[in-house]
Parts: sequence; structure tokens; C-alpha cells
Amino acid sequence: MSELLTPSQTVGPYFSMRLPWAGGPYVVPEGTEGAITIVGRLTDGAGDPIPDGLIETWQANPAGRFAHPDDPRGPVPWGDKAFRGFGRSETAHDGTFKIVTLKPGPVPDGAGGNQAPHIDVSVFSRGMLDRSVTRIYFSDEETANAADPVLAQVPAGRRATLLATPYDDGTATPGLYRFDIRMQGDQETVFFDM
Amino acid sequence: MTVSDQGLVLSGKLALPEYAKPQPGNHPPLDFEGYKSTRLRHPKQPLVLLPQRLTEVTGPLLGDDVITMTDADLTTQKPGEPQGQRIIVFGQVRDSGGRPVPDTLIEIWQANAAGRYLHAREHHPAPIDPNFDGVGRCITDQGGRYRFITIQPGAYPWGNHYNAWRPAHIHLSLFGRAFTQRLVTQMYFPGDPLLKYDPIYNSVTDEKAKVRMISEFSLEDTQPEWALAYKFDIVLRGRNATVFEEPHA
Repeated sequence: MSELLTPSQTVGPYFSMRLPWAGGPYVVPEGTEGAITIVGRLTDGAGDPIPDGLIETWQANPAGRFAHPDDPRGPVPWGDKAFRGFGRSETAHDGTFKIVTLKPGPVPDGAGGNQAPHIDVSVFSRGMLDRSVTRIYFSDEETANAADPVLAQVPAGRRATLLATPYDDGTATPGLYRFDIRMQGDQETVFFDM
Repeated sequence: MTVSDQGLVLSGKLALPEYAKPQPGNHPPLDFEGYKSTRLRHPKQPLVLLPQRLTEVTGPLLGDDVITMTDADLTTQKPGEPQGQRIIVFGQVRDSGGRPVPDTLIEIWQANAAGRYLHAREHHPAPIDPNFDGVGRCITDQGGRYRFITIQPGAYPWGNHYNAWRPAHIHLSLFGRAFTQRLVTQMYFPGDPLLKYDPIYNSVTDEKAKVRMISEFSLEDTQPEWALAYKFDIVLRGRNATVFEEPHA
């Protein structure tokens, strides 16, 4: 017999009182060797920035392992407490967010194959009664992406909305990627049902 | 071959826990006419099915090593005492199979007794309380239990429609132990006359699910001469029974 769940409700306009913290966007400290920075903009159906959004990320380490007891491959070999795998960034007035992390490795799909490197993302904001879930893949992982079982289920014409692409913002930041999240519109981001 | 308490690795096959899907109507729709701000902020394209794999059945376990300061008592964070009715908010976090969820972070935020949030974008002309920030966090114990001491929040007006007032509520954010279990919700108070007018509360269509968001007054748990008490149990997605393959000799 399973109980009803406590229903989801919106984070509302004032979550930034509690949820963001200075280290939130830094899954690893800035300047960590091999770190990548993912920047993007969260926009609504009118194409306007969502200035009161919250982006959360969860991912494997570069060896494809999770620091979590339910990873049945056992203890994380590579690391450790140092890589928490979790990032949290509120959006700015212009809808932008930033996550500094390490690129995840391929992760087994549980059936003998691999999933391409990816990051799970939750999107929250005022006006969202429940989170929306998406995934970040990387445009420079073409071979792995072509074999990814989740991307294979996404209509081909929409897959590009899931790709973080190398980005030059003029600051020569190494490992900079861009990943915009569009709630609606022609280029609406693919969202998932878990 | 590696064996853990949750599953096996057998020639590349992983036995993973699977988290049951919510029943229809348990969570609110993303597009809800009564709540105007949903209109431009919900996906319009159909969602794509994401089978639960390693990334979805694991999740951040944020303990004291990541978030160092817990502050479960919102009435002692400042030099002086906040205004308003002191309340204890407590309960158990469990999954839909009835299993307690221990060691999980709960973050809360709320308005003060006058219905005012301490936030730069807040314009409700009600007084700020210099002794109340309205934010707290704690980690559940081994039985999934938690307890905050805070102030009864006030109702406040919002611009959704003419004369719109949010019923008194406390915002809560929880992680559970897997990405699939993440939950942000709001706790309401029993008997609040504003509940029936509130589109956010009423966005949940399943009546039995909806009342899970209303806390229960508990005389038994009040502290005489000190504070009233409200019990609020929180139910996250639970695991389906997992069928394990027999390992071959």
C-alpha cells in the first residue's frame, strides 16, 4: 500500500532568502584543474528572462561514479567528498545562471551500454508549481551522444536543445559552455518525465 | 562482481532501485489557469520519458560537511526575540512505502508574523521584524524526524487577481536521497479561511493529496507556557520492490 505524496508547490518569489549560498554554483572551486563553466539564460514563453529562477544540477564525477550508496558499483574510486556533484544557481536579473564543475564521465545505462556524459537539471521558479527536469549533454561528445539511449528517445529536431556548446564570451574562460533553458517557444528545451 | 546492499553488478547489468511515479492529480499541473504566472513558464511540448538510471536514483546527500550551520530555531537567530506567536513545526519525512528518510536536509523560508518577507523584491507595506529572518534548516534524524521552532507566519496579499491573499504558509525544500525524490512544497495551517480562495493550494486536484499540505495542530506537543505545535509529515516518492536476478555460479 503506498501513501499519497506531499504535493509539490511553487518556490515562489522569495526562495532566495534561504536556498542560494555563495558556494552553490561551485560544484568544484573556480580554478580547479580541468574545471568547466556552464553559463546560460532561463527564458519564458515571451522570450523574456526569468529573473527569479533556480537551477540545480546533479551529476557523476569524471570517472562516471556517484558518491552515493545506491551506486551499486560500490565506493567511489576516484574521489571522494571533494566532488559533491551538486550545483545550485539562482538566476540573475537577466535570467542568467552559472555552474562551475568537472565534466562528468560516461555513466552505465544499466543494461550493458553507456550513457553519454550528462548532467541532470531541475528548474524552479515563481509560476512553476512543480520543477521541470532536463539534462545537459555536450556538443563535443558526438560519438557518445549518438549512442545515448535517452537522446535516442528525443525527437531528432529537438536534441540540440539539450546540448551545451563551447562558448566564447570574450573573456577567454577555459572550458566555457553555453546552455540556455527555454520554457516555451520554437526552441523549447526538452523536459523529461521521470 | 561487486555487491552492495542496493544491487548487483553482473556483466554490466545494474540492479537499481526504482522510484514509483506519483498518481495522477497528486502533484499540481504545470499549466494552471488560476495561477497566472504559470502561463509563460510551463513546457508546452510533451515531456519525454526519462527511465530512472544511475543519475536519477542517486542524489546529493547534503550533510554537515556541505552546509555547516543548521539553524532549526528561527526565534534565536537575532539579539532580540521576534514578534508573534511562537510555534513548533515538527514531523517525519518518509517515503510512500512508509520508510523514514533519515539524514536529509530540510530548508525552510517564510513571512514574519505580519505577513512580510525579508526580501528586496517584497513590497507589502507590513513591518519588517528586525529579529526575524524567516529562514531555517535542519537534517532529519535516524527516524526521519525533524523539528523547527519559529513564528506563526501572517497572510499576505499578492497580485495574482483582485484582492488575492496567500494563506499563511511555510515553504519547505527537501532532497530525499535521490534526484527523483526532490520536493519543494508549502505547509499550510488547519482551518485557514483563505485556503479555499488560494489558486496555488487549489492547483492540486486530488482532494486527499491536497490536504497533505495542511499541518495538524497538536496539543500534546505544545510546550506549556511557551509555544503551540503543528505536526507536518512529508511523504516523498518511494521505491518499488526491486526484483534481483539470481547471480550465476
